Amino acid sequence: MTRTEVMHVAWEGVTANKVRSLLTMLGIIIGVAAVIIMIAVSAGTEATIAEQINSLGANLLIITAKRGTPGAAQTLIYEDAEAIAAEVNSIIGVSAEQSTPSLVVKAGDTSLEMTALGTTADFPDVRDVAVGDGRFFAAEEVDRKIKVAVIGYGLAQDFFGAQDPIGQPITLGTTKFTIVGVMAEKGVVGDVDYDGRIYIPITVVFQNFTTSKLANDRVRTVYAQAENQEVIDSVIVQIESLLAHRHDVELDNPDFIVQTQQEIIDTQEATTSAFRSMLAWVAGVSLLVGGIGIMNIMLVSVTERTREIGIRQSVGAKPSDIRWQFLTEALMLSLVGGLIGVVAGVGGSWLFGQSGDMRTVVVPSSILLAFGSAAMVGIFFGYFPANKAAQLDPIEALRHE
Amino acid sequence: MNTQPIIQTHDLRKVYGMADIAVNALDGVSIRIDPGEFVAIMGPSGSGKSTLMNILGALDRPSSGQYILAGEDVSNMSKNELASIRNRRIGFIFQSYNLLARTTALKNVMLPLLYDEDNHLSAAEREALGVQALASVGLAERVHHQPHELSGGQRQRVAIARALINDPVLILADEPTGNLDTRSSYEIMDLLHELHGRGRTIVMVTHEPDIAAHTQRTICVRDGLVVSDGRDGAEGCTSAASDPRQQRQEVSP
Repeated sequence: MTRTEVMHVAWEGVTANKVRSLLTMLGIIIGVAAVIIMIAVSAGTEATIAEQINSLGANLLIITAKRGTPGAAQTLIYEDAEAIAAEVNSIIGVSAEQSTPSLVVKAGDTSLEMTALGTTADFPDVRDVAVGDGRFFAAEEVDRKIKVAVIGYGLAQDFFGAQDPIGQPITLGTTKFTIVGVMAEKGVVGDVDYDGRIYIPITVVFQNFTTSKLANDRVRTVYAQAENQEVIDSVIVQIESLLAHRHDVELDNPDFIVQTQQEIIDTQEATTSAFRSMLAWVAGVSLLVGGIGIMNIMLVSVTERTREIGIRQSVGAKPSDIRWQFLTEALMLSLVGGLIGVVAGVGGSWLFGQSGDMRTVVVPSSILLAFGSAAMVGIFFGYFPANKAAQLDPIEALRHE
Repeated sequence: MNTQPIIQTHDLRKVYGMADIAVNALDGVSIRIDPGEFVAIMGPSGSGKSTLMNILGALDRPSSGQYILAGEDVSNMSKNELASIRNRRIGFIFQSYNLLARTTALKNVMLPLLYDEDNHLSAAEREALGVQALASVGLAERVHHQPHELSGGQRQRVAIARALINDPVLILADEPTGNLDTRSSYEIMDLLHELHGRGRTIVMVTHEPDIAAHTQRTICVRDGLVVSDGRDGAEGCTSAASDPRQQRQEVSP
């Protein structure tokens, strides 16, 4: 029997009972689609995170307080940022960040509820964002707690339309600010909408928008920009020993974390890859279940078609001919199922990306992986029934009702 | 005359089961059938005629003894070799036709060609052979009909066309008229006579004496042994006492 004849006979077997074949394939379809969609979702998440972190700026060190460290100074404070700027060598700039609670922001006739970001004068340089119109606030204004604000491109549109916002008043809660600049358009990076932000001096946040008097100099994050890639390690060492000294903690048990962008990306990737491997297991199990479905239906099929097998044997089909016929049938079920699964997986990934705020990136190798697994499942679970068919005794098979 | 026989068996034995409970289905059968013969094998149920038929048809192997089919010793062949013998050397005609359902007459007839590794015919050539075989049994008009669209007699003719397509040395018919009414039975027997007339060697298993009477020679099997072989063998073979089925049939009319 030539290969095309085997395929033809197997195809007739598959199409003889279309509904049953489709139901059998369903397990494989779901399994393959699940693999592709899950990998697309986690790849999308990773891409978002990487983009977000890379957008922070070049050669950046991110310093955050380690939560829940017993003893020692619990927090990272504004003076730490000032100390880093003053004492650490080979850094270009330092910016500290702390957000306000949610506030009603009013300008002109419009009011919006949002938070403002308190930061320092180095922010545009360190975080690699450009000012479009006017200027960013100066170090002196931060020191003197001057109530000036810089707003995002989108906010300027929302509040003032075509009007020039520079010099206009803006009210945050009950505190009045003067707008001195508008940031250049940047759009959404990761999950941050840069155009919808409002920046004020961090010292004003401490003075006017912190509820707790005890922790009113706490900063969320300090960003320090190193001069270049080569000095990053030395800068880290300097910052660590400075902060350990200031916080009176041991270097091997600090209450803060100094990370590079790459380290943050790696950490995030470790998290998503754990998530991804869990998803892969789920998808793998559904492929396995699909395979068992194929084996089940092939066993039923062999029993039902015992007479047919006997007839084929009586006219000269060898055990290998029968084995190939049923193995090819199982393989066709899994491959056609796999193909439909690929279409469903790619389509599903696209739909997810379109509908929700979930980002999906279809990874080509995931298609190969899923389709390959489907083929393996077909061979693996098709072999036993096919072999059973091949071993049938022609006399018994012909006698079968 | 020193022609090579189509079938030559020496002391064929077939034992089912083991040791104490062993049953000798065949207990030493030696027969010779020459080219062009039309032979009936008769015997009551349990006589071993089905076992003999299965061995002659290369569907089964003897426990001991020798079976030479057209010069080839098939007694100890592997499953694959037996499959090839069935494919190239033997054409089967069964009581229940054994056609593939949901498959046209033509495709049924072409089935043996599918499993013949030595033929390198194109699809068109095979189809031509199939159509020709169907025409030779008078079914030129029914080529694309499926079995359920055909009468019993027509189905059996499709089976005969299938048996002929690989030009076998031996046609083995197992109760070929068992499922047919009288008229269709005579048509099928006429067709077998015609094949015999064209030089085919036909061995037919039956328990109906009037069907056996169509043949030149009757081999009678009982208890795994050939008890008679010749023109008048049918008489003793079908005595009412030895075959309950036969008894019933004799009572009913």
